[in-house]
Amino acid sequence: MLTVNSIEKGIVIDHIKSGNGLKIFEKLNLAKVDFPVVLLMNVPSKVLGKKDIIKIQDKIDIDFTTLGLIDPNISINIIENNQIVEKKKVELPKKVKGLFKCDNPRCVSNNDIYAIPEFTLVNKDKVKYKCEFCDDFTKYKI
Amino acid sequence: MTLKGKHLIDPNDFTLEQFDTIFTIAQDMEKNPEKYLKLCDGKILATLFYEPSTRTKFSFESAMLRMGGSILGFSDANTSSVKKGESISDTIKVMDGYADIIVMRHPREGAPKLSSKFSAVPIINGGDGGHQHPTQTLTDLLTIKNLKGNIKNLKVALCGDLKYGRTVHSLIKTLSRYEGMSFYLVSPQQLQMPSYIKEYVKNEYNVNIVETENIEDVMDKVDILYMTRIQRERFFNEEDYLKLKNSYILTKDKIKNAKEDMLIMHPLPRVNEIDYSVDDDQRAVYFKQAKYGVYVRMSLMAHLLGVI
Repeated sequence: MLTVNSIEKGIVIDHIKSGNGLKIFEKLNLAKVDFPVVLLMNVPSKVLGKKDIIKIQDKIDIDFTTLGLIDPNISINIIENNQIVEKKKVELPKKVKGLFKCDNPRCVSNNDIYAIPEFTLVNKDKVKYKCEFCDDFTKYKI
Repeated sequence: MTLKGKHLIDPNDFTLEQFDTIFTIAQDMEKNPEKYLKLCDGKILATLFYEPSTRTKFSFESAMLRMGGSILGFSDANTSSVKKGESISDTIKVMDGYADIIVMRHPREGAPKLSSKFSAVPIINGGDGGHQHPTQTLTDLLTIKNLKGNIKNLKVALCGDLKYGRTVHSLIKTLSRYEGMSFYLVSPQQLQMPSYIKEYVKNEYNVNIVETENIEDVMDKVDILYMTRIQRERFFNEEDYLKLKNSYILTKDKIKNAKEDMLIMHPLPRVNEIDYSVDDDQRAVYFKQAKYGVYVRMSLMAHLLGVI
């Protein structure tokens, strides 16, 4: 089986549903960074059957706000001295700015570059957000 | 709390007490107009109407002129720099140097809110797409207050295009904040009120809402019948418009079982949803309503400018 060494310091994003790893990789802009990163795909998992994993070496301060939108079941492990020092569960962000578009075609945020779409979470189960400009609901789809 | 410098984008921007303050002065402005002739001397109102309007625009202009102020603006975006592709923010950043207060109507929902982020002077939402029309709501509330005495424990039917009709969106959001209000939403299936508004008023204010397609179902029950036009410009195709436009026409015969003191309101313009024969009925108050709109806008602008 393919093996990748553990990291001494950094972040491991685990339990990513198979197939979502690449999306997260792109969302976090990891293809453009200058520190070592690894994307593992289709790793056998007891819980998920198959899963993706991302390992990021050295870098600790990454904005994970968006990850909840891609896969709310992933876990984030912060590693220091080869030990997990913190485990984080991602959540759907309560406020989102500029990450997705409003579903309402008449909304100003779809028609003016200065109107950056801004949303507030109103329903966790349905991943439903309310637009700050037009008040209409947008259901976020991964 | 002073209203000076505030924007009015959504009716929820103001408290009910602030509405009352505006209504009290509006009532006095109607009774004693001579007291206010110089109130806005030296003040300039900019009317930025990116969409056609008769009532709202003229009502704002009349309101400012009755207080001694001046007006400038456009009523057709094709005659302004907007046609050259100027962004809303650039237009506002320039206009707030030319005027003391701005009223904006725009087809894009949320455009006045966007403007308020860039403006140094108060922005009033004069209607944004199918979203909100807060000054029509002020007009409607003043009408109810003047003709019913107060705003509470009323059964209100909102009828017609409830999907795209911004006046009813603002009105139900605001009336729900008053005590003991309940609503009948009368519309064809295709033009029902958006769920984001129904969910909002139910969750926030626990109001009772009944939806029906038949105007006759509610006629003998309601204290206020609020009619709206089925607006051609809100449809994406002509066929749907033609199919639905005559759904709800109010005639003398239809109101014969209505309460004696029911108010028939309409934000105007009407097309054919209220038959002309209804105009003579004492319950038809839509022309009075349009007149109150001037006084309430006078009071609103005077408060936002801080001259009262």
